Amino acid sequence: MTETEFHPKHELIREERFPHVWCPGCGLGILLQSYLNALEKSGIPSENNVLVSGIGCTARLPGYANLDSYHTTHGRAIPFATGMKLANPNLNVTVISGDGDLFNIGGNHFIHAARRNMDLLVICSNNFNYGMTGGQHGSTTPPTSKSASTPYGNIEPSFNLPYLASALGASYVARWTVMHPRQLTRSIKTAMDVKGFAFIEVLSPCPPNFGKFNGFGDGFEEMEFYRTKSVVQNDAKLEDISIDPFHGKQVVLGEFVKRKRPSYIMLEQELTAKLKEGRK
Amino acid sequence: MNLLPPGRYFADGNFAATEGAILAGCRFFAGYPITPSSEVLERMSSRLPEVGGHFIEMEDEIGSMAAILGASNGGVKSMTATSGPGFSLMQENIGLGMITETPTVVLDEMRGGPSTGIPTRVGQGDVMQTRWGSHGDLAPITYSPNSVQEAFDLQIEAFNAAETYRQPVFVASDQVVGHLTEMLEVKKIDEYDIVQRETRKVRNGSDRVFDYSNDFIPMFIAGTGFRGNVDSLTHDEKGYPSNEASVEKEMLEHLLNKVRKNEEKIVKYEEFLVEDAKLILVSYGITSRSAKQAVKEARKEGLKVGMFRPITLWPFPEKRIKELAERSKKFIVPEINYGQYSHSVREYGQSETREVHFPPGAVPDYKIILKEIERCFA
Repeated sequence: MTETEFHPKHELIREERFPHVWCPGCGLGILLQSYLNALEKSGIPSENNVLVSGIGCTARLPGYANLDSYHTTHGRAIPFATGMKLANPNLNVTVISGDGDLFNIGGNHFIHAARRNMDLLVICSNNFNYGMTGGQHGSTTPPTSKSASTPYGNIEPSFNLPYLASALGASYVARWTVMHPRQLTRSIKTAMDVKGFAFIEVLSPCPPNFGKFNGFGDGFEEMEFYRTKSVVQNDAKLEDISIDPFHGKQVVLGEFVKRKRPSYIMLEQELTAKLKEGRK
Repeated sequence: MNLLPPGRYFADGNFAATEGAILAGCRFFAGYPITPSSEVLERMSSRLPEVGGHFIEMEDEIGSMAAILGASNGGVKSMTATSGPGFSLMQENIGLGMITETPTVVLDEMRGGPSTGIPTRVGQGDVMQTRWGSHGDLAPITYSPNSVQEAFDLQIEAFNAAETYRQPVFVASDQVVGHLTEMLEVKKIDEYDIVQRETRKVRNGSDRVFDYSNDFIPMFIAGTGFRGNVDSLTHDEKGYPSNEASVEKEMLEHLLNKVRKNEEKIVKYEEFLVEDAKLILVSYGITSRSAKQAVKEARKEGLKVGMFRPITLWPFPEKRIKELAERSKKFIVPEINYGQYSHSVREYGQSETREVHFPPGAVPDYKIILKEIERCFA
């Protein structure tokens, strides 16, 4: 075998596990590639990076990376990652999971980890529905759109994730689509250096489910729709950037929040140091 | 290091369980306040920072259970403490600990149930939940302390078992043991056997994440260069998910057999006057102290009664119960529930097994047990 026959990222992926489980036109391959590119560019030794996920299509992503990977239970990646990070603060712990996992069943853990400014990077692939179980609606499904469980159109308002994360005090908040791989890669690399809670939302197509239910021909058509609807606006007013593309609203992307706020690990280490001094 | 100095303490069970855990090497606690175990969480919050550990009060018991598994995979011995409602919330992630072979300890202080029940009063309604609580097949290990001394000693044993068998281990204590104040003797640390965790730091050639032919395969720790996949899905020895029934069989039989094959080493019990007994009380936890009193009173009346106290509820002390059944033919199982452990005594003993039910809310009155003994001899 010549060198060219290897995948360009063969050292960072588990080649023996391919082909992956994702559908044609899915955006998760781009997210995996973007994450691995960011990891390479960060200069952080790859063995120091740990990936944690919950359950769902996105939660399969860590299993394809040649890193220590933990595929946990539905919605519980963040608390699992929290325990791991506290046990060994030198680790770079990244949670990569889907919108259903992180914000429907796991929403409680997200709000508390962000409030604590826990030193984690959380990347949410948002495809607006539960892909693995057949395209049911969730808390991120845009208003009036159709899904396997909203056949007459969704009557619920949906989460505005960057606004939520910012309100909770996250140190870093961004939103991209998989049609913006360069910006996404830069954003992930930036977030890897953030002290505290970093959150990146990545919009991604789900052709056989959300795409099909809402009239998109294939994955590319859905991606192209997000791309043409997208505008990068780093200083956007976050309360205005909910996702509602079916009523003419633009999808606002960007790096919205970069703030310095003491992280949980910093405060814990301060506390421990004070205790030690007090005992001298 | 700030360990509890050796000596005699007048202490309660929650103090004892906390200090036992720290002596056993616990350096991570995640929990959610719940009566009657909150004092464990409170003491951990002050003690762990003193001994170089980490404490976090989580948003719920689901997160607490997930966090202690994460911490254990991060290389630190961990535990949580809870009671019935919290223990119910932990069940899914207890299964995650089982399938990923992650050592950790869950202290469940039983109170009245179902649901919110009687938070401040004793119950024994979770014993089957420690056996079958999480879905799928399990081979759990559950300790049942009946004193402050055992709350300390068994907490250490639970950590040792968790590390040895690489799975979450339960201590099914109760409200009375948690809040009871009595004498506690703490020995010098070198007089305790503490199982230190063995790990595989770097993958050697074909090293696999799991080894289904080996009951005791050391785990790898996150961030040490192993590059392993740890999965809640049924997985092969590489740690990769599989839908194959043959892989499920191989993985599951490994998970069950590592405990089943070593039952004789794990099982602990205490016996009281069983040698000549025609009737044996099988009693565990705080109830065993009433049962013992009933045996003493019955003996004064000349009734040949003894007591068998399982210290490990699970694995079930099958071999010994069968031997006792051959000899005495009759069991009474008093419990602070409406018949739980009695089912297993009947199943394994294949003998007449009477139940004495106590509603949650109080320590059983020995006279009620004594009456049942007298009825058996009448």
